[in-house]
Amino acid sequence: MTVTRTESALVDDLLDGKHRALARVITKIENRSPGYREIVSALHAHTGAADVIGITGSPGAGKSTLVDKLAKAYRDRGDTVGVIAVDPSSPYTGGAVLGDRIRMASNVGDMDVFFRSMSARGTLGGLSTATSDTVKALDAFGKDTVIIETVGAGQNEVDIVKTADTVCVLVQPGSGDDVQMLKAGILEIGDVFVVNKADMDGAERTVAELEEMIHMRENPAAGLNTGHHGPVDEEEMAQVAIDDADEATWDPEVVETVATDATGVEELIDTLDDHAAWLRETGRIDNKARTRYAEEIRQLVRSDTAALLEEVIEARGGIDALADDVLAKETDPYTVADELVAPVRECVDEELER
Amino acid sequence: MSTQEREEGRQIRCLIAKVGLDGHDRGAHVISRAFRDAGFEVIYSGLHRAPDEIVQAAVQEDVDVLGISILSGAHNTLVPKIVDGLKEYDAFEDTLILVGGIIPDDDRDDLLEMGVGAVFGPGTPMEKTIEFVRENVHDRE
Repeated sequence: MTVTRTESALVDDLLDGKHRALARVITKIENRSPGYREIVSALHAHTGAADVIGITGSPGAGKSTLVDKLAKAYRDRGDTVGVIAVDPSSPYTGGAVLGDRIRMASNVGDMDVFFRSMSARGTLGGLSTATSDTVKALDAFGKDTVIIETVGAGQNEVDIVKTADTVCVLVQPGSGDDVQMLKAGILEIGDVFVVNKADMDGAERTVAELEEMIHMRENPAAGLNTGHHGPVDEEEMAQVAIDDADEATWDPEVVETVATDATGVEELIDTLDDHAAWLRETGRIDNKARTRYAEEIRQLVRSDTAALLEEVIEARGGIDALADDVLAKETDPYTVADELVAPVRECVDEELER
Repeated sequence: MSTQEREEGRQIRCLIAKVGLDGHDRGAHVISRAFRDAGFEVIYSGLHRAPDEIVQAAVQEDVDVLGISILSGAHNTLVPKIVDGLKEYDAFEDTLILVGGIIPDDDRDDLLEMGVGAVFGPGTPMEKTIEFVRENVHDRE
């Protein structure tokens, strides 16, 4: 890709460690301003060194506070940190109040913690692209650890945390019975589970429930030996479980923390390190990266073709006019779509014949 | 504004900051909400921030607008520190600085000369502030 002078200057400044350049690159990524693609492609070669950690959990679970303490602990051992905090935006006005920064009290005036608030700007799949591009910018800048913080575990959030190598799910005590844990894919995405506010009543029970659920995920047959179906050979059961599991599976860990006074944060960091080491030893890190890049390519191709087709729609009088035709029963959505995609189809057919 | 428009366009980002020993944040909250409803992205600093923290936040978040709310009378010490900090990180040129709160008339001109874009006192209609931001936000390449 060709890089213009301002863009290459911006890239050089970023690689030189200028905070302002990093901040501006992220703005360009978020706004998808002209030239951002060239910048991200130029940065790509400089990425790959950072450990990327995703943190998710329900509102009020203590994510921001924990991220603050994590960042502090990483700084204490000499690592530099980048944080991307994603908050929802209003679907009506596009406005947002991004409040995660308020909790970043432990890293006051420390420019080596680069904290960036991002709003989910209501773009389909766009947020995960913007997040992964921002991770690249922070990685290329030289951050040792990049933390992505996002609320909830809906589809959008799952897409965002997939950008991370290690996913950490925050649960607070008393957040419902074990059925709640089965919902919304919470268990599947976590590599590390953190029961925050562990000094609250019910923390032990939440830990126990999580342990149990995770255990079931490893071994679906566990607990099914109720004796109704005659004697079951314990050894055979164990064998089934081992065969089932990949020879190198990660045992998700449950860690207790009290983020407000940093209790358990050291242990959490050790666990995160263990996971990162495991990823490297087993070569999983490459698998993860491969899956991620494949998804990124798909995403880009989708949005690029969608943009092309948007032009075709404009040329045909706009989406409203087309919808009116359908409303008047002159045509139907499938026919309209076929007509709109026809020019692309012709090009593809031609390309494949050659 | 449709999703499509927003996707391409530039989003105005603001940092609403409370500096120093001043616990009155009703105004800051009200302006944060008004800016959000105007479609801006608002980052709120929280109370009792040091000028360094505000500079750090403004630089890292790459905000278009920095709104500083001061009701303690310490604007003559705090605002210059923030302005200098922004200059240090080459962020002064393209950040529109607004000061809100209780600012005596005599001090207004000094602040404006220092590089503050506008000073808004009590009773300023919200629309006026939003309009000012829309019209005066600095161009960026």
